[in-house]
Amino acid sequence: MDMQAAKYIGAGLAMGLGAIGPAIGEGIVASKALEAIGRNPEASGKISPLMFVGMAITESTGIYALVVALIILFA
Amino acid sequence: MNISLSPEILFYIGSWPISNTFFWSVLVTVFLIIGSFFLRRRLRMIPGKLQNIMEILIEGSYDFVEGIIGSKEKAKRVFPLVFTMFFFIFFCNLLVYIPGQSAVTIKTAGGVVPLFRAIISDYSLVFMMTMISVIVTQIVAIVVAGPWKYVTKFINFRSPLKCFLGIMDLVGELAKIMSLSFRLFGNIFAGEVLGAVMLFLFPFFLPLPFLFLGLLTAVVQPFVFSVLTLVFISMATEIEQPEEK
Repeated sequence: MDMQAAKYIGAGLAMGLGAIGPAIGEGIVASKALEAIGRNPEASGKISPLMFVGMAITESTGIYALVVALIILFA
Repeated sequence: MNISLSPEILFYIGSWPISNTFFWSVLVTVFLIIGSFFLRRRLRMIPGKLQNIMEILIEGSYDFVEGIIGSKEKAKRVFPLVFTMFFFIFFCNLLVYIPGQSAVTIKTAGGVVPLFRAIISDYSLVFMMTMISVIVTQIVAIVVAGPWKYVTKFINFRSPLKCFLGIMDLVGELAKIMSLSFRLFGNIFAGEVLGAVMLFLFPFFLPLPFLFLGLLTAVVQPFVFSVLTLVFISMATEIEQPEEK
């Protein structure tokens, strides 16, 4: 196997496996936030910015995988 | 497709390379400074349109900052830093949506390079902003807790568990640098790459939804970056207050 093919496989694996966790996490965050808004619609102004922050933090492991994949591919 | 992690170099001043992201970030900074100076001189009791928009924005975010950090005095001190970070990153991100900018290229010694590049997709800028945020957090922690308490938070031998926790805290502080900077950089750079790939696959309608997704990222990521800075600082101000009975 030459170097280029190994790079592509590595990047694909990193991204694909790295996306599982954040996907589950973000789903949980969104569902909980929507549940909370459904119970108390007046609080949506307070909940949604916090939801975005929580989502971004959950997303960060996925972003690490993405950065690793990009470094494998382009650097 | 050519995608590079590092920004392209436009020209040299002496031996000092000027990359396109640096060029544009300086331009944005100058524009923001002049704009705010101009707005400051034209403040009226009965606000005009621009003043009205800025007042709503600043007032809303000030209330938000106060809500998170919990006291008026602290909010007054931390608000300029956090809001400047937000506004600068936000403005840099919006610059990507000027139509047609990605087509402009110039000829340099190193070949033909694009004149424009999304400013936040330069890791060195993001890293510097993260360092500012982290260093300010540490300074606040030292000032609030005192140097001795600050050191013993990380290195202590009171018990094996506390020693271990201190080391974990130290690792956590260092990991902040990586997580904060990679999050912002990764999101914006990934948006750029995604846009380029979609443009490459099917140039007319396919990139459109991804562009909207990028717009969402362009608003949310500066918000997240500044809110996390805010949360770190407010956590540093709350290191063990003396217990009152």
